Amino acid sequence: MATSSAKEASFSPYEDNGGTNLAIAGQDYCVIASDTRQSRGYNINTRFAPKTFKLSDKTVLSTAGCQPDGNMVVTRIKQHMESYKHAHNKEMSTPAVGQLLSTMLYMKRFFPYYSFNILGGLDKEGKGCIYSYDAIGSAERVPCLASGSAAALVQPFLDNQVRNCNQVGKPRIMAASPVSHLSLDQAIKITKDAFTSATERDIYTGDNLQIFIVTRDGVEEQVHPLKRD
Amino acid sequence: MLSEIVAQYSNDAALTAGSAHTGSSGLLGRDFAKMTNDLIFDLPNTQDPAEFLNTYTDVDSSADNQIKFAHGTTTLGFKYDDGVVICTDSRASQGSVIASQSVKKVIEINPYLLGTMAGGAADCQFWERELGRRCRLYELRNKERISVAAASKLLGNMVYSYKGMGLSMGTMISGWDKMGPSLFYVDNDGTRLRGDLFSVGSGSTFAYGILDSAYDAGLQKNDAIELGRRAIYHAAHRDAFSGGSVRVYHINEDGWEFISLTDFDDLHWDYTDRANRAT
Repeated sequence: MATSSAKEASFSPYEDNGGTNLAIAGQDYCVIASDTRQSRGYNINTRFAPKTFKLSDKTVLSTAGCQPDGNMVVTRIKQHMESYKHAHNKEMSTPAVGQLLSTMLYMKRFFPYYSFNILGGLDKEGKGCIYSYDAIGSAERVPCLASGSAAALVQPFLDNQVRNCNQVGKPRIMAASPVSHLSLDQAIKITKDAFTSATERDIYTGDNLQIFIVTRDGVEEQVHPLKRD
Repeated sequence: MLSEIVAQYSNDAALTAGSAHTGSSGLLGRDFAKMTNDLIFDLPNTQDPAEFLNTYTDVDSSADNQIKFAHGTTTLGFKYDDGVVICTDSRASQGSVIASQSVKKVIEINPYLLGTMAGGAADCQFWERELGRRCRLYELRNKERISVAAASKLLGNMVYSYKGMGLSMGTMISGWDKMGPSLFYVDNDGTRLRGDLFSVGSGSTFAYGILDSAYDAGLQKNDAIELGRRAIYHAAHRDAFSGGSVRVYHINEDGWEFISLTDFDDLHWDYTDRANRAT
């Protein structure tokens, strides 16, 4: 029997470890990038803690928010993809992983992962493909996306440069269309600019930039330095 | 043969990881899960899980690591002589940040059934997807399509079994069945209403204002669609949590039909030009 003096210790399982991630989808590629800083409050824990992970030759997952939660999302997705491979004798497609991630996040509806995920890769037609999520798995396919601590800084930049929003005389890419019209080189340039700028104004973003480029040839990873202050 | 297939997908086989399932007793998903000690939803290890969740997710909470779910909406639907018109905006906000301007708030459950999305985006998406699965099972078992009334009741009962757990969902289920066009309002506390005209979400009051002033069951199809579109437009204009673009669907005896997706800004200048020409 619980007595009136029984007390429950406060339960605060979440921590915001910061970090920003971004993705741009093109006709035949997908760029997924994140910074590598991991912080706790005003302290920087480490300057190189990758947040973006290759799941298969066609799919990459990026997480920001609470590092342990993000890590668990990645681990579990990998487990599911592995068992899918053994059950069906084929690799899971990016849209299938996209739906799986949504359901997985919702299974924690009453104890959510504190994790802001971007799933990127190529769909069955070989087109770039990005899925956007909230913490409990509402999913949407978009042409470009920023999430994490500097999302509010980077997303308007992407809307303007990738989707031509509010640019007079340029064809606007509807947010509902699946891919942008940029070339891969342009997309990488915009990605780098977005992160150098976000580093200037967001204390949780910096140190290194990790870029994953998914094409039909597989996944290429690049690491570039960012400002370390 | 068919019953074997149905059995395969309706018993414990469907309880494996990743599949959306709340127990085959159907109506009392959570009780069933408890009974079989097979809780599919992960719960925090506290005395009151719902209270824990509130600390982090309530819009008025001041916790450090707030989890902001996608929210905010205007949706509407109305029945008239030739069918049903469904219109939504496309904005999702997380706190004061606009998370997306391109949300698909009309959920295509099957070719004859539409659901709309207001409140928590994930809640609506997940449960209406689950509803789609159950409607398909119903079809396989009974060799005929489920009625809109039954489908909406399935959804209502599913979310009712989670009452008090913090689900947030205001939806309209509409479609065409043997009885003709049907429209139901279903929400997270279990309310289920049949009606001719509903509007749901933060901008619903504005939409009702436009709808009520011009609604008539004898409306022509084009006029009905335009009325719906204009009601969403005015709601998006006055409600900060609504915006993006206006999405329109129409339902008749052949099922639903996608009509249009129009950017709010294009619509705004179109209406302004029309108003100027009129004066």
